[in-house]
Amino acid sequence: MKEVKRPIKKVDGYGLVSGKPVYTDDLAPKNSLVVKILRSPHAFARIKNIDVSKAEALEGVECVLTYKDVPKNRFTRAGQGYPEPSPYDKYILDEYVRYVGDEVAVVAARDEITAEKALKLLDVDYEVLEPVLDFEKSKGSKSIIHPEDDYQSEVFVSSDPKNNIAATYEMSIGDVEGEIEKSDVVIKERFYTQAQAHVMMEPHAAYSYIDMQGRLVIVSSTQVPFHVRRILARALDLPIKKIRVIKPRVGGGFGGKQAIHGEPYVALVTLKTGKPAKVYYTRKEVFESTYTRHPMRFDVTIGADKNGKINVIDVRGLSDTGAYGEHALTTFMVAGSKVLPMYNKVKAVRFGGDVVYTNHAPAGAYRGYGAIQANFAIESAMDMLAYKLNMDPVKLREINMIREKETSPIFKIMGEGREGVDMIVRSCKLDECVEKGAKKIDWENKFKTKKEGKKVKGVGMAIAMQGSGIAKIDMGAATLKLNEDGSFNLLIGATDIGTGSDTILSQIAAEVLNVPTESIIPYSSDTDVTPFDVGAYASSTTYVSGNAVRIAAEKMKEEIIKAGAEYFEVSENEVEFDGKEIKAGERKITLKKLAEVLYYNENQKQLSTTGSYVGEESPPPFMAGYAEVEVDTETGKVDLLNYVAVVDCGTPINPNLAKVQVEGGLAQGIGMAMYEEVKYDKNGRLLTNNLMNYKIPSRVDIKKLNVELVDSYEPTGPFGAKSVGEIGIDTPPAAIANAIYNAVGVRIKDLPITPEKVLRALKEKK
Amino acid sequence: MKIILTINNVKREVEISPSEFLLDVLRRLDYMSVKKGCDTGTCGVCTVLMDGKPVLSCSVLAASADGHEITTIEGLENDPEFKAISNALLEEGADQCGFCSPGLILNVYAMKKELKNPSEEDMKKYLVGNLCRCTGYVPQMRAIKKYFEVKA
Repeated sequence: MKEVKRPIKKVDGYGLVSGKPVYTDDLAPKNSLVVKILRSPHAFARIKNIDVSKAEALEGVECVLTYKDVPKNRFTRAGQGYPEPSPYDKYILDEYVRYVGDEVAVVAARDEITAEKALKLLDVDYEVLEPVLDFEKSKGSKSIIHPEDDYQSEVFVSSDPKNNIAATYEMSIGDVEGEIEKSDVVIKERFYTQAQAHVMMEPHAAYSYIDMQGRLVIVSSTQVPFHVRRILARALDLPIKKIRVIKPRVGGGFGGKQAIHGEPYVALVTLKTGKPAKVYYTRKEVFESTYTRHPMRFDVTIGADKNGKINVIDVRGLSDTGAYGEHALTTFMVAGSKVLPMYNKVKAVRFGGDVVYTNHAPAGAYRGYGAIQANFAIESAMDMLAYKLNMDPVKLREINMIREKETSPIFKIMGEGREGVDMIVRSCKLDECVEKGAKKIDWENKFKTKKEGKKVKGVGMAIAMQGSGIAKIDMGAATLKLNEDGSFNLLIGATDIGTGSDTILSQIAAEVLNVPTESIIPYSSDTDVTPFDVGAYASSTTYVSGNAVRIAAEKMKEEIIKAGAEYFEVSENEVEFDGKEIKAGERKITLKKLAEVLYYNENQKQLSTTGSYVGEESPPPFMAGYAEVEVDTETGKVDLLNYVAVVDCGTPINPNLAKVQVEGGLAQGIGMAMYEEVKYDKNGRLLTNNLMNYKIPSRVDIKKLNVELVDSYEPTGPFGAKSVGEIGIDTPPAAIANAIYNAVGVRIKDLPITPEKVLRALKEKK
Repeated sequence: MKIILTINNVKREVEISPSEFLLDVLRRLDYMSVKKGCDTGTCGVCTVLMDGKPVLSCSVLAASADGHEITTIEGLENDPEFKAISNALLEEGADQCGFCSPGLILNVYAMKKELKNPSEEDMKKYLVGNLCRCTGYVPQMRAIKKYFEVKA
């Protein structure tokens, strides 16, 4: 292999580091109207009246929109496949506002200062309603967050809006109660995970204009351009063919841009005024009015025999989707489907619960997508089980975890929103990850070391799995086009949001064609130009889009051979293509020359091929995470000294970029474990609405990350690759909690693990 | 009001409003490498050099930059130090989404001039204001250490 398994630089890297104008706001036309959004100061209210006359009269204001001016089509902002697994519970602007930060009105003005002035001139009369701010009390509360008559959802979502339930899910295999009864040792514990903010460095941004054919063009910092097009068509009552969505470079997403946010507002302004319009969210708006991670509560019961063989896992969950049911069902199902199959030898397993509405900022897609939440609960509970059994936690995993060529019935039962697919885990080096990680952190010694003194060290571990796209649902496609100089345009619907997917997809095409990666010119993603792709989510790009690129490139190779056969007037099986030359016996022609001939001289035609791929399976990447902490017993402060991550992501296409994905994921997971928490006051107002109040790990907080990718080969992946985008985030919460227990014997069961919680637990222990 | 800014060695007279921040003026003048990330002087993506020292342009009133020299990444493109830093970042794959890169690079550029033989801890402290959400910082630090090693 020449081009894959190679740590080449990102193809877009130089443009990014040299600060070229490549992000949405850098590209917006200078004459764009500036769009600002008036946001609700109340957690729950009905708008009785909005007086827009003063704002409209302000010099420079071109357009003011309220709920009276927008199409009344319920839609979901969640950028998912179709039919959508999230309820249609949102208007572009609504008479009801359901959280502090919800959209009330839209102003477009010739400049930012005028737009902000105009917002202050809007006079809104609210009927304040009783909000639901405690997700544990939401179900059946007398305040109904979605009382509307036109609420809709697909049957499989099991929404019950009259009881504040956005989605419900239940599954059960085997005799759960009976197996718990028969178990020698039972762990029964409750865990909580918090709301986490994405904090991608580039805030949400979009601009729009009308093209020369009178079509609406949206340029957006999005993970899902094709879903944006479809969702906008529904929300705005426009045919899909009247909308074009272009994604320029994106300054990070992590799931926060797997949705539409500012797009409908700029679109409406452009449609009403005929003028270009742009929106650039303030950081406060990003915190208040986009997405968080779904906070969840889990009641975990695990039963095992005295030798450590786990018989049964029972998980009862409750998830808070906030004001809208975006990704409600699917994140909840992933909490089960991307954790429970790791323990595939159980006799019985059950998972279920409700996803409820509250008057908090909506929860949505976020790297890890339910799996990190349940991983914290289940992997903490596993650690507790190990201690109760007096067994090494590593050994407990080794006895019970999934191995290569095995399966789990959960794969078939639980998909995302719907039934999953039956599959055998063809590549699984989890055993090697566990073993190598233990060595790297010196588990044998450190786990058993006597714990004493003011500052105490400890180690903890957790294992994790994720998926590679959503089987039988996520489709990616790619088109290759031969240029007259022998280079190729690679048009991909796949959406590079900073991950390097343009680079690795180019490497895949280059490998198949046996040409240098520099001969491939990737372009992503533009709904008018590139073929369809669901977008950058669910750890799908390398596997799903990568396979599409592989297929397109294989077809291109055939086309080149066919064109060579016609040129030499021989049959195709007499022709060879080695990446540089096309040969038939003694005769040969360079690719460049053949391309020139095809463009200008003989038998002229364009060589162009398209490949599509939809996964028949979703091969899970696996990893083992090991944390070493030092706990200050006088202050409760926890220092994370070292984090070892050993990952099976198949064969990495670009080992550097794969490793950075894991490192970035770990830091975000460490943030969730130790620092980050979205907090509200008692009225539902967000307290953590800037980067001073919402703490993400800084450079000094991340000490040592030790990442290793093990040798692995996934036969269904492109050149053996699986996904790597999400897996890195999953283990830190549990591994760090487990390490703290190993150090000082206190168990923190609600995230984040702050010094206050550790200190309180230490005091209670004494 | 009118001020004089020397941006990337080009002196220009700029019409500003007294309440405008340097960040907004620079972006208005098409220096798009200067990014807007947080509005509170916390994230570092708006970093520029003022008279060679790193400042957060979102927190500097444009009026107070009157008469000063401003350097953005656009002004360093042919500088060998810029090439070395950016190449080190690209080799580690530490550019990722790239939104924090120009600000980080300017700060590394300034750190090189200011600190002699910094330890990794010194570097981290110097660069602590440059937040990054993609890389976990570790690949960036690998790159920056390499850049310092080669230069030393």
